Amino acid sequence: MVTTLIFPRAMSRLDHRASGALSVTARNLAAARHAAYWWVLLSGFVEPLLYLLSIGVGVGRLVGDIALPDGRLVTYAQFVAPAMLAASAMNGALAETTMNFYGKLKFMRIYDATLATPITPMQVSVGELIWAMCRGGVYSAVFLVVMAALDLTTWGWALVALPVTLLVGFAFGALGMGLSTLLRSWQDFDYINVTQFGLFLFSGTFSPPSDFPVPLQILIEVTPLYHGVALLRAITTGSPDWTVLWHVAYLVALAVAGLTMASRRMGVLLLK
Amino acid sequence: MAEDEALIAATALVKQFGDFTAVDGIDVRVRAGEAFGFLGPNGAGKSSTMRMIGCVSRPTGGALRILGLDAAKDGAAIRARLGVCPQQDSLDLELTVLENLTVYARYFNIPRKVARARAMELLDFVQLADRAGDKVEPLSGGMKRRLTIARALVNEPEIVLLDEPTTGLDPQARHLVWERLFRLKQRGVTLVLTTHYMDEAEQLCDRLVVMDAGRIVAEGSPRELIDRHSTREVLEVRFGNDPLDGFADKLDGIGERVEVLPDRILVYTGDGDAAAAQVHGRGLTPSSVLVRRGSLEDVFLQLTGRTLVD
Repeated sequence: MVTTLIFPRAMSRLDHRASGALSVTARNLAAARHAAYWWVLLSGFVEPLLYLLSIGVGVGRLVGDIALPDGRLVTYAQFVAPAMLAASAMNGALAETTMNFYGKLKFMRIYDATLATPITPMQVSVGELIWAMCRGGVYSAVFLVVMAALDLTTWGWALVALPVTLLVGFAFGALGMGLSTLLRSWQDFDYINVTQFGLFLFSGTFSPPSDFPVPLQILIEVTPLYHGVALLRAITTGSPDWTVLWHVAYLVALAVAGLTMASRRMGVLLLK
Repeated sequence: MAEDEALIAATALVKQFGDFTAVDGIDVRVRAGEAFGFLGPNGAGKSSTMRMIGCVSRPTGGALRILGLDAAKDGAAIRARLGVCPQQDSLDLELTVLENLTVYARYFNIPRKVARARAMELLDFVQLADRAGDKVEPLSGGMKRRLTIARALVNEPEIVLLDEPTTGLDPQARHLVWERLFRLKQRGVTLVLTTHYMDEAEQLCDRLVVMDAGRIVAEGSPRELIDRHSTREVLEVRFGNDPLDGFADKLDGIGERVEVLPDRILVYTGDGDAAAAQVHGRGLTPSSVLVRRGSLEDVFLQLTGRTLVD
């Protein structure tokens, strides 16, 4: 690579850091190979698919077509499908970086041993997120295949949407990981679950935010899932415009903030 | 000792947690190839010191140099050359015995093939080769400890930190761990360990410090410490169920020091048999008499007191 030639030292350092993070990912892969993990994986994918079929297709018959921000009309199933895709990316990432991460942090105490090696908290966070992305990526890929097969998007736009779902997952994963470091016990997960479900219902998923009163509409547009939904809807319906940049920027900022928080807090908790 | 000889050099090292001072300005030098021990009751600051040396805890004050590097700045580079066996086995219960080593080796950026070969070798070393494919959970306490030790060796460390390596193990398991640690020492690996077992310290340590309430109260080889802070022999006398209150006066002048405990009286002396004869000579008839060598335990109790700490 050209960059390797120009910045040999910087690149080798980056390489080293990346391989550190990947070794954390590799640990999860090794663990997953034993566990009944693959069944758990399946459940996270089935849920949004059920929503898509019952509400998108079923309720969609009653609702009729719906207008996109640019005025184009799409079927209700086409409207709901990208939202379920975004929700699935969110759920997959959060499942990994809240419950599972918390368990490893506080109960299995996996990272106590990890951090006694050259691995840093930031590498642990990134490695865990990459793992969450692997899981989220599988969900999204399967979901996109279903969407394309049901004619809810084209194969081409589905291909564009896949990396975007990873960004959505990355942002939510980072946020979830950051928040998990603040939780005191398993009871606190109720807060995350309620918030997650609220986001799922209101983030422009089943109806456009403009259907709600203005204060609620503003609230919706501040929360993260709305940006994931709007971004993926613009792509799978084939109508991206410049606003996608804003959504991407929002999600990248969220990912960076979440990662920073997660690694700092991990340092505070484990490197006393 | 000159600064450059020391693998670990702590100077006025302090660790505070809020208002509580866990380590209160200690100076320690550990030389290459020696087995160095931190002794002390619970809460003396041993583990806090070990965590600072392991570069997973930032010193609040003082200087700490390890392998010629600054612990506050080069933590990752130092950790790459350390092996750590923490007080509580922090094994990965979701992985097999072998994977616990190979996955850990990846954290040191050790190539997969090398990691696997080394892991097999280490499992052999700690006598767990036949359990390589098993889960960790059903292993006995001694096996888990040995696996933790094997894991600490996966990066071929120059210094191995062992925080209470045999606490909670049965005698067979302890002796096996000691023997493996002794072999490591023979290979030139520097061992730093904490313990509150005196026999462990006498078995393993070339040099040790006794810590109490965050400070170092004594330093030297086990023999030196016994010579300096205790006596060559100790006479233990019992008088059945009689109250022992008045005996301090009756035995006064025998040996170097007399300590009256609720159940027995200890006479610290260079010659236990002579002291026993003196006791009989004063017309006293103990129900039992025992002469034993002065031990590190006597030093320990002398220095850190008999009061229960926690």
